[in-house]
Amino acid sequence: MAKTKVVVDPITRIEGHLRIEAQAENGKISDAWASSTQFRGIELVMQGRDPRDAWAFTQRICGVCTVVHAVASCRAVEDALGITIPQNANIIRNLVHGMQFIQDHVIHFYHLHALDWVDVVSALSADPKDSAAIAAKISPWPKNSVTYFAETQQRLKTFVAGGQLGIFTNGYWGHPAYKLPPAVNLIAVAHYLEALDWQRDVIRLHTIFGGKNPHPNFLVGGMASAINLDNDATINAVRLAEIQGMITRARTFVEQVYIPDLLAIAGFYKEWASIGGGTPNFMSVGEFPEGGIKDIDKLYFPRGIILNKDLTKVHPYDHAGVTEGITSSWYSYSGGDKAMLHPYEGETKPNYTGPTPPWEFLQGLDKYTWMKAPRYNGLPMQVGPLSRMLVAYASGHKEVQENVNMVLKTLGVGPAALFSTLGRTAARGIETLLLAGRMQAWFDQLVARIKSGDTKTFDSSKWEPSTWPKNAKGYGWLDAPRGSLGHWVIIENEKIKNYQCVVPSTWNCSPRDGKGVMGPYEAALTDNHPLVDPTRPLEILRTIHSFDPCMACGVHVIDVKGDLLAEVKVQ
Amino acid sequence: MFLPVEPWTADEGLASHLERRGVSRRDFLQFCAEMTAILGLSTALTPQIAEALEKSKRPTVIWLQLQECTGCVESVIRTSDPTVGDLLLDIISLDYSHTLMAAAGEAAEKAKQTSMKENFGKYILIVTGSVPTKDGGVYFTSGGRTAQSLLEEAAKGAAAVIALGACAHFGSVQSAKPNPTGAVGIDSIIKDKPVVNIAGCPPIADVVTGTLVHFLTFGRLPDLDGDGRPLFAYGSRIHDQCPRRAKFDAGQFVQVFDDEAARKGWCLYHVGCKGPATFSPCPIFMWNGHTNFPIGAGHPCIGCTERNFWDTMSPFYTRLPDVYGVGVEKFADTLGAALAVGAVAGVAAHAAATGIHQIQSRRAEAAAKGAPGAGGKDNG
Repeated sequence: MAKTKVVVDPITRIEGHLRIEAQAENGKISDAWASSTQFRGIELVMQGRDPRDAWAFTQRICGVCTVVHAVASCRAVEDALGITIPQNANIIRNLVHGMQFIQDHVIHFYHLHALDWVDVVSALSADPKDSAAIAAKISPWPKNSVTYFAETQQRLKTFVAGGQLGIFTNGYWGHPAYKLPPAVNLIAVAHYLEALDWQRDVIRLHTIFGGKNPHPNFLVGGMASAINLDNDATINAVRLAEIQGMITRARTFVEQVYIPDLLAIAGFYKEWASIGGGTPNFMSVGEFPEGGIKDIDKLYFPRGIILNKDLTKVHPYDHAGVTEGITSSWYSYSGGDKAMLHPYEGETKPNYTGPTPPWEFLQGLDKYTWMKAPRYNGLPMQVGPLSRMLVAYASGHKEVQENVNMVLKTLGVGPAALFSTLGRTAARGIETLLLAGRMQAWFDQLVARIKSGDTKTFDSSKWEPSTWPKNAKGYGWLDAPRGSLGHWVIIENEKIKNYQCVVPSTWNCSPRDGKGVMGPYEAALTDNHPLVDPTRPLEILRTIHSFDPCMACGVHVIDVKGDLLAEVKVQ
Repeated sequence: MFLPVEPWTADEGLASHLERRGVSRRDFLQFCAEMTAILGLSTALTPQIAEALEKSKRPTVIWLQLQECTGCVESVIRTSDPTVGDLLLDIISLDYSHTLMAAAGEAAEKAKQTSMKENFGKYILIVTGSVPTKDGGVYFTSGGRTAQSLLEEAAKGAAAVIALGACAHFGSVQSAKPNPTGAVGIDSIIKDKPVVNIAGCPPIADVVTGTLVHFLTFGRLPDLDGDGRPLFAYGSRIHDQCPRRAKFDAGQFVQVFDDEAARKGWCLYHVGCKGPATFSPCPIFMWNGHTNFPIGAGHPCIGCTERNFWDTMSPFYTRLPDVYGVGVEKFADTLGAALAVGAVAGVAAHAAATGIHQIQSRRAEAAAKGAPGAGGKDNG
């Protein structure tokens, strides 16, 4: 059988704009290319600006990961200027970031990923009694009644009969890769709708501390939301009670809806535990500082690197090992395209060499994406929930070990199953479950500190630019829902001279490097990967969605020469 | 809006649809009254809104995502009121949306093409994201086509174009100096039909909802200010509606974050608040189910509903040109000049100032004609 050229563009149900090209042969994928097709140049925009504004600019890299760039940016500037934020502010940032994880992962599961596994049309033929019986076995969620599922199904039937299918138009319904019985499909559809209501409630934690969501406000030096129990415009007992309610409702939903659904659905797709493993190296910079920002041993999710799937050893992470190459990317380097540059020396000049739009194919071209190729000590790395859980597991993190073992046991698979498409999706659920519990501990700590009389949320000692050194540089790290993130800032004469981000989706959507080694998306798509019908590429969506792509995050630029600096004068 | 939260039969009007869903006639009329208020209309018009909504079928919406961050999609799915909001959003049939649709690649493109053909001249086009115009548009492609080509094609058959969010409004962060990709807003490309700018980075979901209801009810877009923004949402400055306004008038200012004044909820003007220069419904509609808004959380407004705010409103923690002591009503008129002096870059500030002056002059014009509200752009 001849090779078939496959193009999926747009990849939908992701953040941003991603194109996948592949070659299919005998029902398998033999080659793959991941291409990011949007470029905005935000870091170039930041040159010459006030470093205290940087969080707002970088936050707009992504409205899905609406917390992570802002916090990473604050940490970079605080690192550069030697600012230590008060512990209350650190806890508030953990709560805000923690809720971002939980809400984002649930939305990903139900609204971005589920339709790869759940056949909506099949749910029409389910017996709601079966759905209720299955749901009762796996969860105490009180809404899972026969009436509830019957009502959902009736809504769905009427909707389909109306002839306007909206977002379900042209889905791959009836594809042989869909394996769920109708009753389970119906459960998933009901909870798809349920999760929509849930997410807009729990995310209001951001609105209380940051004023709005998406794009809540942050502050270099701490948080702007002052605490005063005796004022109506500040964080007071009413606000704390609201936050407690959201934390409780978030945890209940994760424990009683998300995790039971994830395990039930995964049980029908165990073959995906040997598909789509790909890149064998996993990196986590760690997240949720429970001590000071420098207390790396007090991160709730630990820092480290796993090489070649070897869980017996966790290698240390040092940001000096991070470099980026551009041999496959639409940029040029002044020292030649084969160089690998550390972000402090980062250099990017957009240099589009692709075909003139409209075009049909990119495969076969040397350069085929706006995404750079980041490497750690020369190796590609997977980042994200699976990397975090593997690093924690191998580091002896008790809660992670217990929950990973519970999931493996429930599914009846061994640890090797983690290195797969299914493994990435399961790991996302496991860490959500852990965080849903940890939020309560952080909240209790905050309340205890307020009770003891500590209400400080901001360190003002280095706020005024006159207190800053003439030259400073800082590194802000953060492990975001989609993986390891780094911001590097160089400050000169109170302004940003240079700013660089290396972002989770840059790691995962990396193109081939100078040695021809594929990035994680590409490697996963060519690792024992089926594609039954190239005109209905459902399997490609499964593996790509298991990474939870965030393309707007991944593409960025900095021009180290700074020749545009002079133009960026505002006020 | 995107989701079949409740199925809708082809031969069913909204009222019977809601009734079947267990929403009483009374609740429905209550909702219509609330929408009337949000839209800033006379309560006498409530029956007209109710009648229009009752009869309406789900119109098609095509949602294009160009150079953007998906924050506007996220904002819209946070739409607040859990019962009524869902019902209202269910009024449309979302036939194309990168973020939410099941189909991908060719199947997705086919769904869009089919829908645009079948609903030619009738569908609403929502656009989030800007159009990069430099270097032949290579900085954004989808399916191998440029943003401009996708936008022009989709706009052709659209009854109305809604530019949702700061990117579609004026290019937002990627258009800030030096604008590396030549990013522009939708109204720089689409000139032959009305473009409504739902300003904000991102905008509040209720403003999108209100705009759609207005269109469906009255068969035309709401009145707009000089910058294409609906007056029902962008008619007042944050400063004029701010719950901390009394502190400004009393001279009670936060001097540095988390000081005693901050802990008393005083005015954020001295730490950079752009509320006096920003037309936005934040303090009235509030965010995320009326939970809060930025100033309410102790952070100054950054002015995100204003054109080119990344250049004209930054540095964000530097206070506006000295307006303390200037009469507030006079302020809007003097702001443009003050900003223009303050900004070295200049161009962007002129745009912001022009926007405000246009609003002022439109209102004066409308008042002179004795028309209710300000005329704004041609509303189609």
